[in-house]
Amino acid sequence: MSAAADNAGGAAAVSDRRESPFLRNLGNFAGNRMALAAAAVVGIFVVLAVFAPLIAPQDPNETDLFRRLQPPVWMAGGDWAYPLGCDGLGRDILSRIIYGARVSIFIGAAVILLATTVGIMAGLAAGYLRGWVDVAISRLVDILLGFPYLIFAIGLMAMMGPGLQNIIIALAYKEWVIPCRVVRGETLAAREIEYVEAARALGASRGHIMLREIMPNILSPVIVVSTIRMAHVIILEASLSFLGLGVQPPTASWGSMVADGRAFILEAWWVSTFPGLAILLLVLSINVASQGLRDAFDPRFHE
Amino acid sequence: MPMGKLVERLLQLVPVLLGVSVIVFLMMALTPGDPVEIMIGDQNVTAQEESLLRQDLGLDLPLHERFATFLGNAVTGNFGLSFYHRRPVMDVIAERLPATVELSLVALLLALVTAIPLGVLAAVRKNTILDRLATVGSLLGVSLPGFWFGILLLMLFAVHLHVLPVSGRIGFSSEVQPITHFLLIDTLIQGRFDAFLDALSHVVLPAITLGLPMTAILMRVTRTSMLEVMRSDYVVFAEAKGLSRHRILFRHALKNALIPTVSVAAIETGSLLGGNMIVETVFGWPGLGRLVVESIFLRNYPLVQAAVLLYALTYVMLNFVADILYTTLNPRVKL
Repeated sequence: MSAAADNAGGAAAVSDRRESPFLRNLGNFAGNRMALAAAAVVGIFVVLAVFAPLIAPQDPNETDLFRRLQPPVWMAGGDWAYPLGCDGLGRDILSRIIYGARVSIFIGAAVILLATTVGIMAGLAAGYLRGWVDVAISRLVDILLGFPYLIFAIGLMAMMGPGLQNIIIALAYKEWVIPCRVVRGETLAAREIEYVEAARALGASRGHIMLREIMPNILSPVIVVSTIRMAHVIILEASLSFLGLGVQPPTASWGSMVADGRAFILEAWWVSTFPGLAILLLVLSINVASQGLRDAFDPRFHE
Repeated sequence: MPMGKLVERLLQLVPVLLGVSVIVFLMMALTPGDPVEIMIGDQNVTAQEESLLRQDLGLDLPLHERFATFLGNAVTGNFGLSFYHRRPVMDVIAERLPATVELSLVALLLALVTAIPLGVLAAVRKNTILDRLATVGSLLGVSLPGFWFGILLLMLFAVHLHVLPVSGRIGFSSEVQPITHFLLIDTLIQGRFDAFLDALSHVVLPAITLGLPMTAILMRVTRTSMLEVMRSDYVVFAEAKGLSRHRILFRHALKNALIPTVSVAAIETGSLLGGNMIVETVFGWPGLGRLVVESIFLRNYPLVQAAVLLYALTYVMLNFVADILYTTLNPRVKL
């Protein structure tokens, strides 16, 4: 694989500290204004999620039937205290969107972190140790790839029941396959390169070679893939919540907010529209930012 | 492709299919909640009757024996009784399947007829405003949550403009004798053009929603491969020979550029399977996807199990077809 070879070449340059490929790549990324703006939007969502209790104007779960389906502020009957209007139980939609960011971002990050860690370990083991380890891991990967993602997750959620922790488990069960395949491929290429041979000749243990020699050199493509995958995971979580298999009420999640609004499409378009817009904005920003990341970090995209 | 290779490829599917069945079996076998209790519901039964039922369903056997029974039954299409419908699971699924297949095919068709021309156009007019728009469009297409996009379409076309129906497959007054169970075909066979239009108006919005991400992906693939082909030697040579641009594009370039599009389309058809659950729920489409979602809430596990297995098998086969298509269309790739 050429990327691994290039990376290994880059690794040789790391010893010569003046030209770090990582910093150069970061520089490339910073030069991409679209990607930078998208990353900033993602950053804003993260801030909203972390500081939700300080930022949200209202209690997201406080119901008030007098405000039932109150329209957004720019429509007749709107109120600045509830800028995006209220849902069927009179809860403030803006506050629920801000709190909903917590669910989306937390689940997205947790699934990706878990899956990437497992995927890296499994991919390193399969690619470096080969033999029956590789056969076992690769077979499992093939089998898991035999399921459409959403259907696999729905099946697992049907079995485990809804809930935050269960969504993370259900999604991570299949998600690790993707970093695993990337890492396995890169490891297969890397194990034939001189620096690995040198470490082997010096008597380094297999664990040392895998974690200290190979892993740092194959991390860039994994990071790129993981950021792209995070957008998928966020949409999947929203889809599960939309179907009622995700986070349970009254916890605000964007998917279930859109589902709540289905009952009111005749009279209150804002109930479904705004939370969906939040999903779109976050997912789109992650996609644009990760494309920028890929262009900056993957030598195949350098022109 | 030589027959031997094809058989070899098919045999490689066996461990995957077996593994998929094990996972589907375990998913449901390990589900908390006793199927016997669910079946009994609030009926009054004695402990003896309960254990009889348990024996009847084979639930008293050890796990590996239950799996053997499950697999044996699955091969013959016997997935037991649907708790809720009190009929064989396969009958219930067979009833709902045509609606899902019809919707998926319309979505696929819609995706192909929009994505290919747009992808070619974006490649031919590279770096123009049109190309940029196509790029932004495809990025939006993969970022839009389908369930939300469907609701937006409903609000616009059904609620505000009143030009398309809100849900269902066909209006009451347009129902026709089922022959193929594909309403778009049945209505035409019986010469009910009004009913055909009615069925068409019902399928448009769900099909657009379902096909959108696929359209976005196929457009990108077509654009990229078209650009690659247009840079290749034989196209440059054809240009040098003085062939018209039109002739080069449609006679020479397009044929080769569509190879990746076709195999990606086969793979993406697999992802329509998952999308169906969402889209059918949004549009009240009486297909398999909605049945599965409903069955989860009714704890109708035999049906969920059968459907998940069916989806996975279809998915594996579609990926296999994509592989074969790619290799047969592209003689440079060897198996």
